[in-house]
Amino acid sequence: MPNINDILILLPELYLVVAACLLLLLDAFMKPEQRPMLHWLSVAVLLVAIYLVIAGQPPQAVTAFNGMFVRDGVAEVLKVFALLTTALVFIYAKPYLVDRKLFLGEFYTLTIFAVIGIMLLVSAGNLLTVYLGLELLTLSSYALVALNRDSRLSSEAAIKYFVLGALASGMLLYGMSMVYGATGTLSLANLHGAALHTGMPQLLIFGLIFMVVGIGFKLGAAPFHMWIPDVYQGSPTAVTIFIGSAPKLAAFGMAYRLLASGLGDLSQHWQLMLAVLAVLSLAIGNLVAIVQSNLKRLLAYSTISHMGYLLLGLVNAGPEGYAAALFYAISYALMSTAAFGVILALARAGFECEEIDDLKGLNQRSPWAAFLMMLVMFSLAGVPPLFGFFAKLLVLQAAIHAGMMWLAIVGAVFAIVGLYYYLRVVKVMYFDKPVEGTEIRLQSDASVRVVLSLNVLALLVLGFGWGPLFGWCQRVFVG
Amino acid sequence: MFNHLLSLLIWLPVVGAIPVLLAGSGRPNVARWTALLVAVITFVLSLYLLPQYNAADSAKQLVESHVWIASLGVHYSLAVDGISVALILLTCFVGILVIVGAWEVIQDKPHQYMAAMLVLQGLMIGVFCATDALLFYVFFEAMLIPMFILIGVWGGPRRVYATLKFFIYTFFGSIFMLVGLIYLYLKAGSFDLQVLAALPLTLKEQSWLFFAFLIAFAVKVPMVPVHTWLPDAHVEAPTGGSVVLAAVMLKIGGYGFLRFSLPIVPDASEAYAWLVIGLSLTAVVYIGYIALVQEDMKKLVAYSSVAHMGFVTLGIFIAFMLVRGAGNIDAAKLGMQGAMVQMISHGFVSGAMFSCIGVLYDRLHTRQIKDYGGVINVMPWFGFFYVLFAMANSGLPGTSGFVGEFQVILASFQANPWIALFAAFTLIIGAAYTLYMVKRVLWGDIHNPHVAEMKDINGREIFVLGAFAAAVLALGIWPQPLIHLMDSSVTQLVTQLGNHKV
Repeated sequence: MPNINDILILLPELYLVVAACLLLLLDAFMKPEQRPMLHWLSVAVLLVAIYLVIAGQPPQAVTAFNGMFVRDGVAEVLKVFALLTTALVFIYAKPYLVDRKLFLGEFYTLTIFAVIGIMLLVSAGNLLTVYLGLELLTLSSYALVALNRDSRLSSEAAIKYFVLGALASGMLLYGMSMVYGATGTLSLANLHGAALHTGMPQLLIFGLIFMVVGIGFKLGAAPFHMWIPDVYQGSPTAVTIFIGSAPKLAAFGMAYRLLASGLGDLSQHWQLMLAVLAVLSLAIGNLVAIVQSNLKRLLAYSTISHMGYLLLGLVNAGPEGYAAALFYAISYALMSTAAFGVILALARAGFECEEIDDLKGLNQRSPWAAFLMMLVMFSLAGVPPLFGFFAKLLVLQAAIHAGMMWLAIVGAVFAIVGLYYYLRVVKVMYFDKPVEGTEIRLQSDASVRVVLSLNVLALLVLGFGWGPLFGWCQRVFVG
Repeated sequence: MFNHLLSLLIWLPVVGAIPVLLAGSGRPNVARWTALLVAVITFVLSLYLLPQYNAADSAKQLVESHVWIASLGVHYSLAVDGISVALILLTCFVGILVIVGAWEVIQDKPHQYMAAMLVLQGLMIGVFCATDALLFYVFFEAMLIPMFILIGVWGGPRRVYATLKFFIYTFFGSIFMLVGLIYLYLKAGSFDLQVLAALPLTLKEQSWLFFAFLIAFAVKVPMVPVHTWLPDAHVEAPTGGSVVLAAVMLKIGGYGFLRFSLPIVPDASEAYAWLVIGLSLTAVVYIGYIALVQEDMKKLVAYSSVAHMGFVTLGIFIAFMLVRGAGNIDAAKLGMQGAMVQMISHGFVSGAMFSCIGVLYDRLHTRQIKDYGGVINVMPWFGFFYVLFAMANSGLPGTSGFVGEFQVILASFQANPWIALFAAFTLIIGAAYTLYMVKRVLWGDIHNPHVAEMKDINGREIFVLGAFAAAVLALGIWPQPLIHLMDSSVTQLVTQLGNHKV
């Protein structure tokens, strides 16, 4: 029987469920020309949710519903940034959706449900909650990818995503069942002690492997990355930007809950598995990105490589590594929203701005857009003083501290490879002449321009003042 | 204000770039004058370093330290010694000249050009001030961004290839240094260079770290065999870019050896000194021969830069043989001092040479030596400066080029006469390739009709070349103030070399 305390602990999630339902109702009774109001209402809903998460944060970790749901510092950080990036996604996506007649209430409702899934996932205290949150997130995402029903590319991407996603969920569930069989518990907290005293260690390891596969799929780490390029390219950019940002935070949260909170005792086993995933992701992501001509595909492969770096942090398997990986996930979410935000802001009706060549001579057409994109690219490449560099620094440090110097060197080598394709984007914008007849400028929508500029400049400012954010990331893993 | 003099020197140009950028392409003159104003104020401020800095004291001075990242113990800490002061002055001096030099030459988006120059200048000053390894690294890398843009936007026909090569080479070098620095940090718990210098390390650790540092700084200097980015970058860069690259950026490589390799991994540096000395001599002799056959003036001067920078690395590492082998501190000091003087002198001379080539290029839009000939007939004033700088480049006594090279040769003679013999080759080869170029460009008959139409240098160009000429002569005739400025710091460095870590 849930008591009032449980409800209070779950307040931000419950509030979002109610708000999402109300938005859906409102949309049904709303005239199409009033829809901009719905847009701003959705943004406001998310901002209020951030307030509820922060304001209601208990000083110590608390659990609700018999340990099914955990509200601790890790969940708080992840929720705040998932909500924040989603609010950014809403703002950037609006002109794009309007231009393509996709400005529908479903986009907002589905995205908010996906965010609720993220929030459940990162707060999971039980294998079942993990699965529940994950499915809520992915089912909403499948529908979002197919938002543009008439586009073949979009439908194809959705089907691919669905089939591979279902497979991965199956793997995860299978792994969970084996872990349950070996330990007799579904609660992550109980798993922590039970893992060492199981009578069936092989079964447990087997379960662990399947769970790592599921996590690898969610992160988009190689060799489970196949869906990423197609989904990134096929989805409307307004959906790609969402899939590329907040769910990465969720994937980190899921990895942390399952591997660290649940199976932390098996860290010597999963460390090596993650190291292999990291090396493969770094190699495949960076090398294949070089030959891409489509900007969205390029960013897709860049995501794969960034997940490799995130894994370098997790490999450490200690508070220091988790903090570095969390920091990396946050930095990646901010950079990814900014990168896709620039693409969205440059797109027009009938012009997607998704080929790298579409950016040719951008510095002459719109110096500010070119400058913003340049900062994002250098940040993704990990060039100081931008934010992305410090995130890389911390994960490399975590890997070296774990005694995996070789892994850090692999990470460093692939940073050089990665640099090349990010520089190529800068090269196209700054050194090439614009193609005659194209007109690319930033969106005239003032809110997009202001927020996008702030988003990108934050990458520069955080490059100097990343201390407090990292301090926050460190604190949540202590004690 | 003097409490934050170093911060001011770093951030004034960087922040000053914002109004320059805001002036936009519609108001090029506003952008130019603002940029000049910022550069002049920075230079004047940098002159305040001289009275503020006490040359008799070998300790780091004008210390500024603030906690940057509390949880990692990273500090925003700046300080200078004599070597840094000299290099900062050089940077600020060159900073003004490149802005004046680009005045009418850069017509395409001059505001962005000037802004990039200012940002670059601020970041380079940051490199010379930083006493925290992470802060150093941040400046060291961030500097690549404006240079990348400068070469790529305003460069020659193959600029894209050149600038990508430049960026990727340098990034390649430094990322391994980053891994090394993280390793050191995890051992010492701090990025403070003084703490790292005191950290005991086994020879094996030192060797790994030595090579991590070597890659980073050898690319920057550049040393054979990782020098190939330099001729490309120089040839394609706009004049101002070449000047900054040769005059200041290469020095950062030499400076890095002093700040990282020598104090942190002294034993490995000693063990591998033969390698660095060998590479330096290769640069001096072999690259000198390569310079001899160049058809492109900029390429020729670029190769001559590699050869001259060979003296810097030679001077730095010969000190190991002298201190640890023979215990000859005085000779080691001489070599080190020579390396430092050579850095500053090469800053002036190479900057001047590239400015001269820029003057020619603006008129004829070619850098091929064979397109010129008889230039002295139409440009006598230009000829005067060109010959002067050519003499300095070949190390004529009385010019700055002589002082450093002579000191280094003298020191290496005491270590091993054979090394001195090879090093002294530069006096012949250097004179050969430089004078051969002068002969083909300045003297002879005019065979290209376009040369006959060339106008002599204008007031702006006289100012730039005159300033370089004054510096070259002043340093050549009376190097004492510079040597005095760096003396205690050099002594300190050399004494440190004797401290074994294992």
